[in-house]
Amino acid sequence: MTSKRILGPRDWSSHPRQAHPDYKSTLLRSQRKPLVPLPQSLSELTGPVFGHFAVTSEDADLTRNAVRDGEAIGERIIVAGRLVDEAGRAIPNALIEVWQANAAGRYVHSQDQHEAPLDPNFLGAGRALTDSAGRYRFTTIRPGAYPWRNHPNAWRPAHIHFSVFGTAFIQRLVTQMYFPGDPLLALDPIFNATADAAARQRLVAGYSTELTEPEWALGFEFDIVLRGPRATPLES
Amino acid sequence: MSSQTPSQTVGPFFSHALTPSGDGHAPIAGRQLADERTPGTLIRIEGRVLDGAGHPVTDALVEIWQARHDGAYPEGSDAFRGFGRASTDAGGRFWFQTVKPGALPENGAPHVNAAVFARGMLNHAFTRIYFSDEQAENSRDPILTSVDPTRRKSLVASLRDLVGPPVYEFEICLQGAHETVFFDV
Ligand SMILES: [Fe+2]
Repeated sequence: MTSKRILGPRDWSSHPRQAHPDYKSTLLRSQRKPLVPLPQSLSELTGPVFGHFAVTSEDADLTRNAVRDGEAIGERIIVAGRLVDEAGRAIPNALIEVWQANAAGRYVHSQDQHEAPLDPNFLGAGRALTDSAGRYRFTTIRPGAYPWRNHPNAWRPAHIHFSVFGTAFIQRLVTQMYFPGDPLLALDPIFNATADAAARQRLVAGYSTELTEPEWALGFEFDIVLRGPRATPLES
Repeated sequence: MSSQTPSQTVGPFFSHALTPSGDGHAPIAGRQLADERTPGTLIRIEGRVLDGAGHPVTDALVEIWQARHDGAYPEGSDAFRGFGRASTDAGGRFWFQTVKPGALPENGAPHVNAAVFARGMLNHAFTRIYFSDEQAENSRDPILTSVDPTRRKSLVASLRDLVGPPVYEFEICLQGAHETVFFDV
């Protein structure tokens, strides 16, 4: 019926469960009825193609893509990595979008009421296409932690939001990247909604001396793995 | 072998990146997938996203992926990209302007594929939008007919009987007695 490859299932030992009472917003927004099985067809195995129309080279440099009259303020960082599937194969020409708070922990968003300064030279949004080896690279400002109202004195650990497309609509992934050594990670209900400690570690970028540019910016490596082809019995 | 990167919530603050309007960062996709020049029947899909208490979800993101009017899924070279993105407003409302998808015989009744994201959803949820004026096709669709009949209507957008371009209404209930059918896919 289709020449498209069937994908393996979402790995529920990796993804969080949908209802996680410690994260209050899940109480009325998590699904309670069982998901209905859906065989994969063209609807699931095709997906939008984002060519170079979608992205300019400036888009991946968040320290420059919204400059008005000066430089973005904060600690300059490089965030780079590979986009692969579960079989370890590169996913080239894939669109990755990122968004984040500024160095003070404030988003450019009308609903963000945190009393921290906006940076007129920093929007906190960027995007990039992966290259033929599945690699992407952003230059940005290290985001600040910010308070939220989930529980008393709740602070989100510093994070960068990632939106990722594979080649199939059902490979879609939205996630968050965290920074190594952050004491807020242990306290964060969103990070800890992923029950498995090893899976949680896949959300934490690694400090990378190779990506770090002397006299310029610290580098962090964050690889992203999307669901891949269904595992098949060994063929000789 | 590598293991899948866990999903995390889209959170409340995605709009400046994913659905920007007029701040210089051009969106990669939006509510308007098609116009009068696009082959096919121009339609609007309008809806609301509601939580388990029936309150509007004012910070949800809905993405759609659909076939062209002839039933084939768009290739990269097609002017019609088949992908749309809309955030909900203060009333929990969203809309898309697109063309009605056709359906290849092997792909069931005409439908639009949708993914719903929101603060409070740690994973996005997949659903499908079928059309109420496709009764014959819908009654033969293997997916629709596999769904518990009492919940089936949550997958069917209803044609609002108005003059002008067809408008289909589709409500997405994240939780509760009328919870929309979401797929394990
Ligand atoms: Fe955030």
